[in-house]
Amino acid sequence: MRMRIVGTSAQRKEGIFKLRGQALYVDDYKLKNCLYGATLRSAIAFGRIKKIEFDPDYSWQNFIVVTAKDIPGKNCVTLIEQDQPLLAEERVLHPMEPIVLVAHSLRSKAYEALNHIKVEYEAHDPVLTIEDSLAKKQILRRPDNVFKRYEINKGNIKEGFTKADFIVEGEYRAPHQEQAYIENNGVSAWVENDGTIVARGSLQCPYYVHKALKIIFNLPDDKIRVIQAATGGGFGGKEEYPSMLAGHAALLALKSGRPVKMIYDRHEDMLATTKRHPAIIRHKTGLAKDGKLTAQDIEIIMDAGAYITLSPVVLSRGTLHATGPYECPNVRVRSRAVATNSPPNGAFRGFGAPQTLFAAELHMEKLAQKAGIDSLELRRRNIFKTGSKTATGQVLKESVGISRAMKECAGISRYARIKKECDRWNKNTNNPTWRGIGMALAFHGGGFTGSGEVMLASRAAVALTKGGKIEVLAASTEIGQGATTIFAQIAAQALGVPYEWVEVAVPDTGRVPNSGPTVASRTTMIIGGLVRRAALQLKDEFIGKAKAVPKTRAALIKAAKLLCKGKSEVRFEVQFEKPGEIVWDEAAYKGDAYGVFSYGAVVVELEVDKLTYEVRLRNFFSAQDIGKAVNPLLAQGQIMGGSAQALGWALFENAVYKDGVMQNANFTDYLIPTALDTPAMKIKIIEEPYSHGPFGAKGLGEMPADIPVPAVAAAVYHATGLWFGELPILPEKICHEMLNRYSHNSLSPCGRGQGEG
Amino acid sequence: MVVKFVVNSKKRAYKGPPFKRLIDVLRDDFGLTGTKEGCGEGECGACTVLIDGQPVNSCLVPVGQVENCKVETVESLGSSAELHILQKAFLEEGSAQCGFCTPGMLMTSLAWIRNGGSDKSQEIREYLAGNLCRCTGYQHIINAVIGAVREYKKAKARRKGLFLPSPRVSGERAG
Repeated sequence: MRMRIVGTSAQRKEGIFKLRGQALYVDDYKLKNCLYGATLRSAIAFGRIKKIEFDPDYSWQNFIVVTAKDIPGKNCVTLIEQDQPLLAEERVLHPMEPIVLVAHSLRSKAYEALNHIKVEYEAHDPVLTIEDSLAKKQILRRPDNVFKRYEINKGNIKEGFTKADFIVEGEYRAPHQEQAYIENNGVSAWVENDGTIVARGSLQCPYYVHKALKIIFNLPDDKIRVIQAATGGGFGGKEEYPSMLAGHAALLALKSGRPVKMIYDRHEDMLATTKRHPAIIRHKTGLAKDGKLTAQDIEIIMDAGAYITLSPVVLSRGTLHATGPYECPNVRVRSRAVATNSPPNGAFRGFGAPQTLFAAELHMEKLAQKAGIDSLELRRRNIFKTGSKTATGQVLKESVGISRAMKECAGISRYARIKKECDRWNKNTNNPTWRGIGMALAFHGGGFTGSGEVMLASRAAVALTKGGKIEVLAASTEIGQGATTIFAQIAAQALGVPYEWVEVAVPDTGRVPNSGPTVASRTTMIIGGLVRRAALQLKDEFIGKAKAVPKTRAALIKAAKLLCKGKSEVRFEVQFEKPGEIVWDEAAYKGDAYGVFSYGAVVVELEVDKLTYEVRLRNFFSAQDIGKAVNPLLAQGQIMGGSAQALGWALFENAVYKDGVMQNANFTDYLIPTALDTPAMKIKIIEEPYSHGPFGAKGLGEMPADIPVPAVAAAVYHATGLWFGELPILPEKICHEMLNRYSHNSLSPCGRGQGEG
Repeated sequence: MVVKFVVNSKKRAYKGPPFKRLIDVLRDDFGLTGTKEGCGEGECGACTVLIDGQPVNSCLVPVGQVENCKVETVESLGSSAELHILQKAFLEEGSAQCGFCTPGMLMTSLAWIRNGGSDKSQEIREYLAGNLCRCTGYQHIINAVIGAVREYKKAKARRKGLFLPSPRVSGERAG
């Protein structure tokens, strides 16, 4: 039986449930006798907790109250380190840090009670900016406030600059970004009769929560169970925080003996949970007359917030992508993640790379402009080819689709022609707008960095039940990206059975093996590969014991009885195996940083209103090399969705902070793109297969968020002649820069009707 | 206080405080959890339902205000046997990713096609601008609505039903 399901736009597995309003998200489950939890949070950024007072006139009898003293195990949210407490005890390190939990059978009462708890602090002067942290205004992390630093060296940076004909410097600033999944964070928890603690929630990484809960409750593996509910978006925002939230809900459940739901509202979610790391990135680049890079000296500083959480790995990915997809003989990248008294920053699609690629790509434009070379030509002369050596010395042996991506993207966008049209349009001062076009390129490593995948040792399985059900068992979560569909397609193709025969189990640590977290563009490439291997084992078993892979349902049921031998199911479980040729030196930060990179190009066409300085996106194009699109429709959806998020960060999303507290923590004041703000998009998928990916597939999920921002900034430069190295590019910033520029020659910056010149 | 109204063609009587939000009445009192809360302040549109045919954020409506009204939620669309043309279009165009904005998105789109909205993408984008989606970048949603508008017009011209057979679903995964 020959069947091709990989490479087709198979229907989303859980699609019908979502379209009928039947998919059950965490708050949709009815829990009998349920309490609702609420969190009292730190009102100051930094200080000592002197006293917690409960209003003696308030009736507390129907409330469950939990403080750090109620934690049976260790008071920490385990991630890379154990420095973040589950509930603050003696000191607070950031605003919104959880201190007390209360629960009540009415949600509104639980929140009302928070007003009757008074915390007395001894406040210290907080460290709120990267600059203050580096100046050691206070020491939050010994010895110098630096959580983590990396240095990459290639060639000789000094020599590189002596060979340069042009040297260009630039500083770029990337701000916070809120993930803004439409479903807020939420977890429910209860305790089973045998003492097992169960948490069910909106989450990306069931085994991260599992690991954290074991330590909080001091319980063995089998006494903690974590189940994923349908999840309304993650984008990294549900990678780490659910561990905190599950700990809180479970503490209340344990003390009350009742199920507890903790569902944040939008305001609380935006105030308290993680965001993209703000970063300062400085480039100094040497370029020879022939348009070849001679030296790249890059410095990165990220604001980690108050605890280390995931910052070392975010910084790592940012560092490894800081050069852009260009080969340069002499490179130095130095990076640091520093402590401040703001809520910890965390994972967000791209994971450090969008910050550093914004800088790298806008800097490339600047370089082109200074050297008088067309920016596309400059890129062409330096981009990675098969055999190129990256900054860590990784030789790109296969699947290097960047030249194709660039060419295709320039083609579908008619880049050269539109550029000329914009120039013509801009010459006519009567036109109400300035128009521009910009391009940017990306590379993005798939899977965990360096030895990360080896250490994770992920597992996944395919099971056959005696009733004839074929089921994929993995902890990778469906968060909208299409994991269940992709897994079913891969398993069906490997087995040679219809797609409809394959089901994908709900990620439940009581049932599925540990496939590691659902992050890092690794689900298709790494776990999909495991699913394929497991399915092939089942196929062998079919052939060995039932002579052939069944072709009909009846044959499947017969074969299932044969294979299961009276047991309820037979499982084929496999573990990640490192491709032999990958070598990584963590200490020197040299070698194969990733198994393979994906590549992409983006072109943005926009116009700037001469009266209001608003930027209107006219068209968006992207070509991305992802090895193999297992499901082209889902792949396009990923590319367009990730791109829209980045466009929001470029133009609208402005998280305003005061004293470490987000001031616009709601959708009225923190604007994410609507259907009107988002341009029509045209996507071209390029398939340069990767020999170790399932059916050639590489990573996809994150790269779309990497480069729309520098493409927008380049297009704004083309339209207005202004560089914006700091995001978002708001109308008021454009207005300010225009007024600055024109104040020197008394010309009005405005066009039509404003009496220009 | 008792508030009487119709939800998905079924007569309902709600007993309780009249200022309770319609979304909470739908979800908690009637068990219609298809309607989602994304922001609670009328910005995201995830909680959109139709009140007398008009799309409204149910998080902003006190239940007392829908006395004698006709309320429609996502649960009124399609059944396990057949899908509404909008649902079919959303499924085929890949318009639902995480699915959380989907019920609201469907209800606003339903109002658009019922009220004779056009198949012009810019007009559809304008009409859907009150429904936020963070997953799709909107293109696949717009594509689906364009397709559904055309199907709807064809179906009306032929006086055919608006429901199409539901594709077969394997498994019981509702999550």
